Amino acid sequence: MRHFKIILLILISLLIIWIDLPENLRVNFKVLNQKIDFIINPLKIDGEIFGLKIKKEFKTHLGLDLKGGSHLVFEADTTKIKKEDLEDALNSARDIIEKRVNFFGVSEPQIQTLKSQGKYRISVDLPGITDVSSAIKLIGQTAQLSFKEETPAKDQKEATQTPIFLRLTKDTELTGKHIKKAQLTFDNQTGKPQVALIFTDEGGKLFAKITERNVGKPVAIYLDQFLLSAPVVQQKIEGGNAVITGNFTVDEAKKLAIAINSGALPLPIKLVEQKNIGPTLGASEVRKSLYAGVIGLFLVILFMVLYYGKLGAIASLALLIYGALSLAIFRAIPVVLTLPGLAGFILSIGMAVDSNILIFERMKEELRKGKSFEVAFNLGFGRAIDAIKDANITTLTVAFILFNPLNWEFLPQFGMVRGFALTLGIGVATSLFTGVVITKRLIKFFYKLR
Amino acid sequence: MVNFLKYKVIYFLISLTVIGIGLFSIFKWGYYYSIDFVGGTNLEYQAKKNISQEKVKKILIKEKIDFKYVSINQKTISIKTKPLDEKKIDQLKKILEKDLDSSLTLIKSETVGPTLSAENLKKTVIACFLAILGILVYMSFAFKSFNYALAAFLAMIHDLLVILGSYSLFSHFFRAEVDTLFITAVLTTMSFSVHDTIVIFDKIREYLQEEGQKDIEYFANKALTETMVRSINNSMTIIFMLLALVFLGGSTIRFFALTLLIGTITGTYSSPFVATPILVWLEKRKNKN
Repeated sequence: MRHFKIILLILISLLIIWIDLPENLRVNFKVLNQKIDFIINPLKIDGEIFGLKIKKEFKTHLGLDLKGGSHLVFEADTTKIKKEDLEDALNSARDIIEKRVNFFGVSEPQIQTLKSQGKYRISVDLPGITDVSSAIKLIGQTAQLSFKEETPAKDQKEATQTPIFLRLTKDTELTGKHIKKAQLTFDNQTGKPQVALIFTDEGGKLFAKITERNVGKPVAIYLDQFLLSAPVVQQKIEGGNAVITGNFTVDEAKKLAIAINSGALPLPIKLVEQKNIGPTLGASEVRKSLYAGVIGLFLVILFMVLYYGKLGAIASLALLIYGALSLAIFRAIPVVLTLPGLAGFILSIGMAVDSNILIFERMKEELRKGKSFEVAFNLGFGRAIDAIKDANITTLTVAFILFNPLNWEFLPQFGMVRGFALTLGIGVATSLFTGVVITKRLIKFFYKLR
Repeated sequence: MVNFLKYKVIYFLISLTVIGIGLFSIFKWGYYYSIDFVGGTNLEYQAKKNISQEKVKKILIKEKIDFKYVSINQKTISIKTKPLDEKKIDQLKKILEKDLDSSLTLIKSETVGPTLSAENLKKTVIACFLAILGILVYMSFAFKSFNYALAAFLAMIHDLLVILGSYSLFSHFFRAEVDTLFITAVLTTMSFSVHDTIVIFDKIREYLQEEGQKDIEYFANKALTETMVRSINNSMTIIFMLLALVFLGGSTIRFFALTLLIGTITGTYSSPFVATPILVWLEKRKNKN
């Protein structure tokens, strides 16, 4: 039984170390004329167990403020949507935005719908994207494609004198819904970029009808309120294809095709918040914070060892275990680390030794009364637990409210505060375990107590 | 045993001075608020050469941009304005590049609209009240006695006033902004303040239970003597961490770490020197009646 426990402990420790390994660290050295060169990576699970596909990568997830990127919040205009359709409209808007975002090749975009005091919002996180204005343009486009024809004029004179776009006001039945696919193509003769539309069966039939009744007259293609092109129909077009020409650049034509392909947003959206952080700022802040964390940790350990001697060294060991364990938990959940989150973690390192100090002071008090080390040890742990428990509950309460786990809309939903609360909460909970349970085992081990 | 409570007038004067200066600053200068709470646009550019602040201000005035603040730190330009839309931000960058004759890299651009910021403020206030309520409910459970809870609560208010006051000074002299991080630091401090008080009060209660209701002042002094080392040691470790963050951490969290640092110091100070004298006074008054 005892051996079994030790083996289990070693296995768990190895697992934690494996999870904590740095990412993409290249090891390259020579030993005994043998060249050793490999890349270290943390644990990655990718396989099947009992028919269940499990895929999990244990790596640190950095928030936008550390990695750089854009955070956008759009507010949906819900005035024209019926109440019962609202949920569907928002979800489909979310999906459409996701399709558009994928065009940017963002690695882990986060798109969420948020309801807050009767207002509906969609927040979009784009890590690594700095060209935010073109992202906003593409995402925010309603992309309602429509085809318009000439309103029948009362007399011929009026018809020819009015500018063309004022005459093209009559909506046809044909809309973006009837388009199967849009893609970037190039004009055979001029080589200019254009957008080719492939209609659905129904769309093809409608288009044929529209072109048939408008031979010799222009038909306009609108995206939202903007006229894209108004070609004059030469003949009835069958077969379900059309092209939109115009003075597009390749990029513009591509984005237009994406907007049409992803479909129209079921409701208009408006940008209400945008935050854009350059990647260099984040990287230097991470480096500084980590540096500060290491120096702080060193000071704490130095202080503990100088003040408490051997017990302090044991507490420092428990503190290191605490650090490794928290990092493993952050990677396993995974917790998205933001700058305040990092600060919360660093703060929790300072707080983690608190339970040890409480226990050690208690033990010293008992030792002063002339009790043996073993008795003082048992009393110290027994009596200090109450104070430790009481004292940490308030911190956990505040962390819980700030984290807002149920996503209540009357509480803040901002990522920064939540990041801080989450790491602080996990930190305090973990430190209770390492500061009490682990330290107790370590003291028993090093002082050879039973 | 040290007779800590003998000097309670001195503790009272120290607290009064610190809080007095803070309140003066709050009423005289107030705070700068971040765009999260009042709406607006923050822009930060990296220039290739040194730029004069006056020149940037002139350009903004010429462009009729309602700006609140312009600062230049080495080659980094920070501008704070009323909310600007995407187009205007793009335009502004081009105009600045042309008029300053330097290419600029936009390193940060943040805009929060007015409705959203008003809502953020409201939600934050609700969160603060809930957190305080949570702490109060917990305190009444943990102490089971009104006087203990009241003394701990007053010490917590003391810490709150110290932080609010000192942050107003930072706000005035170093343009620290009241943002969500500041609120977070305030709440963390409040929970820490109670945390520290609990440890001392636990000890006082333990003595009272063990040796019967004798003289509360005697036991309070005894408890303070016993817990003083742990209070200071515990705060030292947190203070080491926060000092490292203040001096070595990035600029984004500097004021956050500083607020936490002040919170830790006042939280540690208030437990023996504010909460305990108040408790002793309350208990003595109760026993007289």
